[in-house]
Amino acid sequence: MSTTHDRPADSVRVFAPTGMLGAGFAESTVERALALGADVISVDGGSTDSGPAYLGASKPKTTAAAVARDLRSLLKAAARADIPLIVGSCGTSGTDSGVDWVAGLAAQVMAEEGLDLRVARIYSEQSAVDLKEHLSAGRIHPLPPLGQLTAETLQSCTHIVGAMGHEPIVEALQSGAQVVFAGRATDTAIAAAYPLIKGMPAGPTWHMAKIVECGGQCTTNPRAGGVLATVDAQGFEIEPLDTDAACTPTSVAAHMLYETVNPFRMREPDGELDVSDATYVALDDRRVRVEGSRFHVAEQHTIKLEGARLSGYETISFSAIRDPLVLGDLGRWSALMRTIITERVGQTLGLSTDEYAFDLRLYGHNAVLDELEPETGPPREVAVMLLVSAADQATATAVAKVANPLMLHLPTPDMDYLPSFAFATSPAEIERGAAYEFVLNHVVESPTPTSLFRIEMGETR
Amino acid sequence: MSETTVPEAAAVETVAPDSVAPESVALGELALEVRSKNAGPFWVTMELFMRDAASYRLAADEAYVSEQVIAHLYRVDADDVQIFRIPSLNVVKISFPRPISQGSLRDRDMHAGQHHVPLALVRVPRPEA
Repeated sequence: MSTTHDRPADSVRVFAPTGMLGAGFAESTVERALALGADVISVDGGSTDSGPAYLGASKPKTTAAAVARDLRSLLKAAARADIPLIVGSCGTSGTDSGVDWVAGLAAQVMAEEGLDLRVARIYSEQSAVDLKEHLSAGRIHPLPPLGQLTAETLQSCTHIVGAMGHEPIVEALQSGAQVVFAGRATDTAIAAAYPLIKGMPAGPTWHMAKIVECGGQCTTNPRAGGVLATVDAQGFEIEPLDTDAACTPTSVAAHMLYETVNPFRMREPDGELDVSDATYVALDDRRVRVEGSRFHVAEQHTIKLEGARLSGYETISFSAIRDPLVLGDLGRWSALMRTIITERVGQTLGLSTDEYAFDLRLYGHNAVLDELEPETGPPREVAVMLLVSAADQATATAVAKVANPLMLHLPTPDMDYLPSFAFATSPAEIERGAAYEFVLNHVVESPTPTSLFRIEMGETR
Repeated sequence: MSETTVPEAAAVETVAPDSVAPESVALGELALEVRSKNAGPFWVTMELFMRDAASYRLAADEAYVSEQVIAHLYRVDADDVQIFRIPSLNVVKISFPRPISQGSLRDRDMHAGQHHVPLALVRVPRPEA
């Protein structure tokens, strides 16, 4: 590949088109990034943000058509400008099948477009057996708020991934990959990898990578598309690719707060970004320069683990209440509902309360914040959602069916007739299938920065 | 698994002392934005982006936003609450471990995106114009 790994660079321009592959962006974003001399395209393909099901079931959150659309645009741009394309956390959770799913869509696009690009796949799934060896050797440590890991917890996971740093991506690029589809990677590693190859300093590079991770989110118009960041020996500059949007010192600095516990320090596999002394200066009315970011290399390289396991099977039923008499006494009504459901399930199904669980959510009243809800007062209408969990689907659905007459007719304690509530669907029960929970928030001391990951190089056609 | 018991919506005590009540205002009214979000699957983080330095001083004042106030609003342990006061941005940022596991049967806010509301309703004295 002619994009050079041999020429020392004064600066490296990173193009981040969108916060998530499949979220979409305007073609003008790409045109402008290339016109401004982008050296690399980096885009995130995943997150834990939408919950454990995507990792637990190894299913993507995004739809194939949307991912293929974005890939078509970016693969053509990468080929035209002869610059690398790096996608991280493929398929939402970064499981091996997520990497293969994105790479398969890309292969189809490249065949249709007649593109010849050398593709690397980096797999990040971890085996419980290997991790148990690390655990017994004392090389796995919990991150707050979780405690010590057990071998049983590792064994219970349906999928475990390790969040790679830049090193496996660097290795793939240096092996000649023009396109990298990485499994689970830190959001920052995909943007940091290429500037680090080109010799840019770690402090500004990792800080830039955090700021561009969500595309246009660090601008005054988060919906307007991507950003271009230029890293050099002293710092980095950033500008939006939509000419109507702006980066301001506040919009850029504020992005360090986004989805982080600590806004000044961020741990990566090989060290910690420290932006305590960073300065943000407006270069003009839409570009910002950042200096003073530091990176402290850690004594021990660590890889963060994510794992999810099956928590049960769920069935939903929901009805709705508009009757002001019931809405006026909703607290007692829902308490009665919980009590009677529990009694009936015991009587009819013979299930004790440790054999199933349910949550009764009153949407329109307090369903979102539950007991944290600060407002009071009767609502105009309320959706009553019954969510049942059990070890198998049939049991979850049976509990919901036992509850069905109550969801239709339960009066308040003061009513002497049976009301009839408003079911939204028939049948009333919706089987949700398997449900999952995250159980890992631990790091493993990695023997080398790349040893927990597997790189497969593909050939160009 | 056990049956879920959900406490009824209680009238959560507001944190406004009586002395400020007549001239009080919700923090959310003095903010450009109040937001909350997951910081990974095990933490919630929220930010008060205040309009100006005067509003920021109120949000940053331990009398109104402290580890104890957050512990009370969100029913978490005060020792687990982290507060970052950032005057250069007029921002107060608050993080604490997610009390309810993400995606679990009891999780009603998968992205923790609506958890900022009790914080935004905290009442402070109206700043002088």
